[in-house]
Amino acid sequence: MTDATVSHIGHDAPVAFTQRELEWLPWLEPLPAEALTDRHWAGLVDASRAKSPYFMLLARDPDILGARTRTDKDIFYNTSAGLPRPERELSAAATSRFNGCIYCASVHARFASHFSKRTEDVQHLLDDGVGVDIGERWNAIVAASVALTSTPMYFRAAHIERLRAVGLDDLSVADVINSAAFFNWANRLMLSLGEPDVPK
Amino acid sequence: MSDVIDRLVGIEPGDRLDILRQARLVARENMQASYLALFEPANEGDVTPRERYAVATFVTGVHREDAVAPFYAEGLATLDAELAEAVAAEVADVGTTGPYGSFPPGPLSIEDAPGLRFTVTRHEALGRRISAALEHAHMLVFHPRDASAVWLQGLLDAGWSTTGIVTQSQLVAFLAFQVRVVHGLRVLAVSERNTS
Repeated sequence: MTDATVSHIGHDAPVAFTQRELEWLPWLEPLPAEALTDRHWAGLVDASRAKSPYFMLLARDPDILGARTRTDKDIFYNTSAGLPRPERELSAAATSRFNGCIYCASVHARFASHFSKRTEDVQHLLDDGVGVDIGERWNAIVAASVALTSTPMYFRAAHIERLRAVGLDDLSVADVINSAAFFNWANRLMLSLGEPDVPK
Repeated sequence: MSDVIDRLVGIEPGDRLDILRQARLVARENMQASYLALFEPANEGDVTPRERYAVATFVTGVHREDAVAPFYAEGLATLDAELAEAVAAEVADVGTTGPYGSFPPGPLSIEDAPGLRFTVTRHEALGRRISAALEHAHMLVFHPRDASAVWLQGLLDAGWSTTGIVTQSQLVAFLAFQVRVVHGLRVLAVSERNTS
C-alpha cells in the first residue's frame, strides 16, 4: 500500500493567535501504538507522549525525536542560573508569533503568562505581533528572537548590547539564542506536518 | 570533548563560550546527538546519505550562513560531486528572505505576505526525489505557514514515504535550529564580555 495524507474536513481551525488550549491534527499517519518497539519508546522519552498524535508521528524516526526532546527540555526546564523561565517562554512565543505557528504560540504564550503573571502583555504580543511595546526588557528579548528567526539571520552585537542593558548576563543571552533557535525547529515541524484545531 | 557546534563556531576547550555551553550540558550533548542521528544514523531509514546532505547543503546555503554551509557542501561533494554542483546552483538561484506566507482566512489575513513558491530548474541532475525535497525545504525555511497536506502529497507523489517525510522534515527543521545557534554564538563570541 502506498502512503497517503490524512484530511480533517470540517474541523474548527483557529484563525487568530490565542492562549487557549488547542489540539493538533496530523496530515500523515502517526505510528499505531502496537507498532512501538523499545527503540520507539526510548525516542518518546516520556511514555505519556504516546497519547499525542504529534509525537507518535515523529516517533517514526525515534532517534532524532529522542535527541530533539532532550535538547528541548534542557533549554526550557534547566533553570539553574541564566534566563528566568518566563522569558525563555516569551522568546518561544515571539518566535512562534513571527513564524506564524498558531499552535506553538498558544502553548508558549500560556506558559509565559503562567510563569510571569503578565497575561495581558503576552496577549498584546499575540494580538499585535512582534513590534509591540511591552516594556524594554521584554522588547529586547522579542527583538533578539525576531532577528535570529529571520532568514537570513540579522542578529548582531547591537541585539546583545540591548539585552545586556536590561540586565542579561552571558548565560541569559545564550538562553535567548537557544530558546529562539529551538522554536525555529519546533515551528517548522508543527506547521508542516499537521494543523491546529479548536477543541469542542 | 568538542562537538560539531564548537567546530562551526570556533570554540576551544576552556573558552568563555565552552564554559557557557557546559552550563547547559544536556542540551549541548543532545544537539550533538541530534546531528549524529541525522547525519550518522544507526540505520539509514527512508532517506539516503546523498539525500540528507543534498537537503542540508540547500538549507544551510539559503540561510547565507558562511560558518555552516561549507561544512555540509563538502560532505555532499565527497559523496557525489555532480549532485553537489547542481545543489549549489539551486542555492545560488534563491534570493528570498523570510518568514513570509499566508494565515488561515480571518483577522490575520491583513498580515498575509504572499511570496515565491520555489521550483528547482535542474530536475535531471537532482532526480525526482531530491527535486521535491528541495522545493519542500524552501517552503519550510522561508514560508512554513503556507504548509498544507497538499505539499505533503507532492512529496508522496515524488516517491517519499511517510517515515521519509518525517526524517526529511526533521532534517530541515534541525538545520534551521543549528544555523541559528551557530550564528548566535558567533555573535556572542566576539561581543565584549559582560563584567558588571
